Amino acid sequence: MQRKNGLWKELVTNRLLFLMLLPTLLFFIINSYTPMVGVYYAFTRFDFNTSLFNSQFVGLENFKFLWKSGVLVKLTLNTIGYNAVFILLGNVLAIALAILLSELKTQWFKKLTQSIMFLPYFVSFVILSVIVYNVFNYESGFLNTLLEKLGAEPVDVYNTPWIWIFLIIIFYLWKNLGYSMVIYLATITGISEEYYEAAKIDGANIFQRIWYITVPMLKTTFVMLLLFALGSIMKGQFDLFYQLVGNNGMLYNTTDILDTYVYRSLKVTFDIGMSTAAGLYQSLFGFVLIMTVNYIIKKINDEYALF
Amino acid sequence: MKIKDDNYMKWFRLIAFVVILVSTVACLFPFLLIISASLTQNEAIIRDGYNLIPTVFSLEGYATVFRFPKQVLQAYGVTTLTTVIGTTLGLFLMTMAGYVLQRKDFKYRNFFSFMIYFTTLFGGGLVPWYILMTKYLKLTDTMTVLIFPGLMTPFLIILMKNFIRSAVPDEVIESAKIDGANDFTIYSRIVLQLSMPGIATVGLFLALHYWNDWFTSSLFINDTSKYQLQYYLYNVINAMSFVAQMGAGTGVSLGSDMPTESTKMAMSIIVTGPILFLYPFVQRYFVKGLTIGAVKG
Repeated sequence: MQRKNGLWKELVTNRLLFLMLLPTLLFFIINSYTPMVGVYYAFTRFDFNTSLFNSQFVGLENFKFLWKSGVLVKLTLNTIGYNAVFILLGNVLAIALAILLSELKTQWFKKLTQSIMFLPYFVSFVILSVIVYNVFNYESGFLNTLLEKLGAEPVDVYNTPWIWIFLIIIFYLWKNLGYSMVIYLATITGISEEYYEAAKIDGANIFQRIWYITVPMLKTTFVMLLLFALGSIMKGQFDLFYQLVGNNGMLYNTTDILDTYVYRSLKVTFDIGMSTAAGLYQSLFGFVLIMTVNYIIKKINDEYALF
Repeated sequence: MKIKDDNYMKWFRLIAFVVILVSTVACLFPFLLIISASLTQNEAIIRDGYNLIPTVFSLEGYATVFRFPKQVLQAYGVTTLTTVIGTTLGLFLMTMAGYVLQRKDFKYRNFFSFMIYFTTLFGGGLVPWYILMTKYLKLTDTMTVLIFPGLMTPFLIILMKNFIRSAVPDEVIESAKIDGANDFTIYSRIVLQLSMPGIATVGLFLALHYWNDWFTSSLFINDTSKYQLQYYLYNVINAMSFVAQMGAGTGVSLGSDMPTESTKMAMSIIVTGPILFLYPFVQRYFVKGLTIGAVKG
């Protein structure tokens, strides 16, 4: 009763604030919380004409199928593997570029190159698929045109699964490096010149200044971005994978991630029970992963914990 | 010692310069390739392949796109409308939410913040959401479905909250309250004015999302007149590839009067045009906003 009074009192005194927050809360209730009820589909055989709780209950059958067919293991490994490479390579290269760029002295060159490297972030993934097709298609792609001129054999990229591991990573970097670089560059610009001056007087050369001043100063930003990214390690870059690979079954073994699998099961085969199961597995696995990571971080260094 | 350092420095600068230059060219190269291809004669592309400089200059790709301009313009209209409405509405709601959630005298702010943040930790997944939208809310083929799901994200709300917290001192709000201003007036007269750089950044994120969205159309839109621009492009590309493959496969030149390759590239340029055009003007707000966010984050 005491609690209820507290809430009621707060509702009255801050009614305008509540009213201003209400649309946002409704948005998340409709868009995020209501669908959580629908995870029940994962345990049913879906029928579009009956309502959710009247659907035929099949227990863990959908999960069993996913597990037995080996899809789940493959998808999990692909999703985590790609994301791990994205996170590590993406951050390390962004730091390297930011450091190099910050050491250049010509202002217009710095501004211009920074702008151009940030540009791919603004381009849609549909355009990215056009670019990849443009460069790698068998008949008239830029690569094969070049190889032909050099007298070499053309490469059939769209039928060679292993190449796509590299292509996906390269185009992830192409699209995202500029963005992370800008963030790191901001941190570097914030480092006081005095540190560098003092180090110079002490006779530290450029490499020592970078290694002992810049790199340690970037550690906080790096750890924050890293942990933030770890939180979504089970959520793939759906747009990237789907636009590059599409429904090309030849490449699934090396390029299929949980998101693309769920999307295809919904759009192409319309297998509601199965795709809900895969989606629920992804959500739960991700949730447990974040909780574990956050728990460990809290033990090591409380400041970096996500929540 | 001094000379040695200068020597290092010279080499280091040179390497830095080369690495940055190479990365920049690598970022720019795909754009040049598309622009070049869009200006090349279709037969020349098929004969000689894609090149950095048009082998035979032609505007036929653009001409083909605008031979039947109705659909392109329609898609342009849909995307422009959703971008404008979605960005405006999203900004309005998120600035309000950000403002409320950073008010220290708002007792349940942590609870509500967590309620929003929790949706990034766990969710029902794509399929239940899809069924909710189509079967229960009946939003298939509506403009609402193109706008609603993209209105806000927890990340942008947190960003907005941090921006407002750093831009609007608590004392300003306090003194406005003493002067008798209500919470909404404080928001509309003071908070909005003071957090413009933050609003610009979040607004750009939103606008970019709406402009580049193909996913929502692919799930919910069957009526071609309501396709978003990117999804329209996606379909044109697939249709063109189909025509070209049919032509090659059957030996019958189905697409002989259809310059498939150059048209695809021209379409891509037309779709990306506004972004490339606006980019020089907006990117510094982006950099500025992200800089604030990163420092305060």
